[in-house]
Amino acid sequence: MTYDDIRGIATLLAMIAFLGVVFWAWSSRRKESFHEAANQLFDEKEEEVHLQSVKKEAENNE
Amino acid sequence: MDASTTYNYKVVRQFAVMTVVWGIVGMAVGVLIAAQLAWPVLNFDLPWLSFGRLRPLHTNAVIFAFGGSALFATSYYIVQRTCQARLFGGPLVAFTFWGWQVIILLAAITLPLGITSSKEYAELEWPIDILIAVVWVSYAIVFFGTIIKRKTPHIYVANWFLGAFILTIAMLHIVNNIEVPVTLTKSYSAYSGTRDAMIQWWYGHNAVGFFLTAGFLGMMYYFVPKQANRPVYSYRLSIVHFWALISTYIWAGPHHLHYTALPNWTSSLGMVFSLILLAPSWGGMINGIMTLSGAWDKLRTDPILRFLIVSLSFYGMSTFEGPMMSIKTVNALSHYTDWTVGHVHSGALGWVAMVSIGSLYALLPKLFGRKGMYSNKLIEVHFWFATLGTVLYIAAMWISGVMQGLMWRAVNADGTLTYSFVESVEASHPFYVVRTLGGLIFLLGMFLMAYNTWRTITGTDVEEIDDKIPTAQLAH
Repeated sequence: MTYDDIRGIATLLAMIAFLGVVFWAWSSRRKESFHEAANQLFDEKEEEVHLQSVKKEAENNE
Repeated sequence: MDASTTYNYKVVRQFAVMTVVWGIVGMAVGVLIAAQLAWPVLNFDLPWLSFGRLRPLHTNAVIFAFGGSALFATSYYIVQRTCQARLFGGPLVAFTFWGWQVIILLAAITLPLGITSSKEYAELEWPIDILIAVVWVSYAIVFFGTIIKRKTPHIYVANWFLGAFILTIAMLHIVNNIEVPVTLTKSYSAYSGTRDAMIQWWYGHNAVGFFLTAGFLGMMYYFVPKQANRPVYSYRLSIVHFWALISTYIWAGPHHLHYTALPNWTSSLGMVFSLILLAPSWGGMINGIMTLSGAWDKLRTDPILRFLIVSLSFYGMSTFEGPMMSIKTVNALSHYTDWTVGHVHSGALGWVAMVSIGSLYALLPKLFGRKGMYSNKLIEVHFWFATLGTVLYIAAMWISGVMQGLMWRAVNADGTLTYSFVESVEASHPFYVVRTLGGLIFLLGMFLMAYNTWRTITGTDVEEIDDKIPTAQLAH
């Protein structure tokens, strides 16, 4: 095997890996969980924990 | 999640405030050395105030003290809120804050004294290198420990970028700083010659790729959606963005060593990977900017969002410029000129500093229980100072750099050089003055930020959010 063969194989493997990620990300099975993940920033229950933490930190500094 | 859980905001507050402090210090040193290039008398004939010693102090202060503190603050905030878990590690958390501050102070003492290992962006000597490694590994334990104990099913995409940043910097720092100590303040690299240069720029370019890019993209993926109050434009794209960016960046280092003793194929490899990088970089930029799709009007009223979105525009600009400059024939013109300095600052001021400033303006009031910063008007003024300062800086360096490149390569019909080197230095002088002015304007903006931060933290005329917390929960 020559260097050129290795280069060709490496390029091919990189392409397969990239396409793999693309197909994985765009598969319809992932759609729901991605939607959840993206919207978890706006979780109202979590917002309450945040406010409690701010309150507690403010009290610690009084 | 457990109702009694609270987040560790103490360390986030500490790092957030120090970000502003170190921003002013680092940028002030930057303005001084820019002025030294325009007016050399400002070196004052003192060795510890000379350009050669202060320049690494400036780069270390803005990258690791300002940028580093911004990354610590936001990553600790983001990982807690998106994992809905308190920071893991107990005393290790405080250790990362104090350890990092000690490292910064040691840098501020040793660099002006001329104690340096002379590797760019890795100048600090071996005892400090060891301390950095210990603090950084602690940071990794805190961050990944928090991810492991998360209450959410997903690891939000911002954490992927922050995680990649923390892991890769640990690897780069440790490998690049393998050195042989001779005395307490002097060591020599374990690598020699071309191999040393290659490892140095594998480190150097990935300090850009993982510290100054992946880390701040993590910041972007949290604060842009939060500030726009809508989820990121495409979560799928963010995943492809992540894997493509991290697997491409790591190979791009050789473009810093075109036309040197580096083997030609290595140089070509670095160039090709740098060109490919345009795609993931712009994928990320588009994902960030398009998050505002359907809510563009917010840009008119929200100066924080404007900071974030303009930072993404500068990110897109410098990640277009970077691949172009990595092309060998373009690099033959641009390398060793001020064009490189301009390129770095369009990324450093336009992207890194502006996304940090925007994120901090969003973060600070939240940490201190305020409805917003003390003055929105001051944020707006800061925005224009930052934008104007950056544009003046990079435009001056572009013109100066291209001019230098053209002057250095100009030859007469008989083959002799048209210009002596000092003629190109003289021609650059007016641009050095403009650059100093741009930097000064940017620095003035940071002073506005410090004042605004001070008033937000201490002020009584800022609205508090107490009324938003249900009283039942306040009782305990």
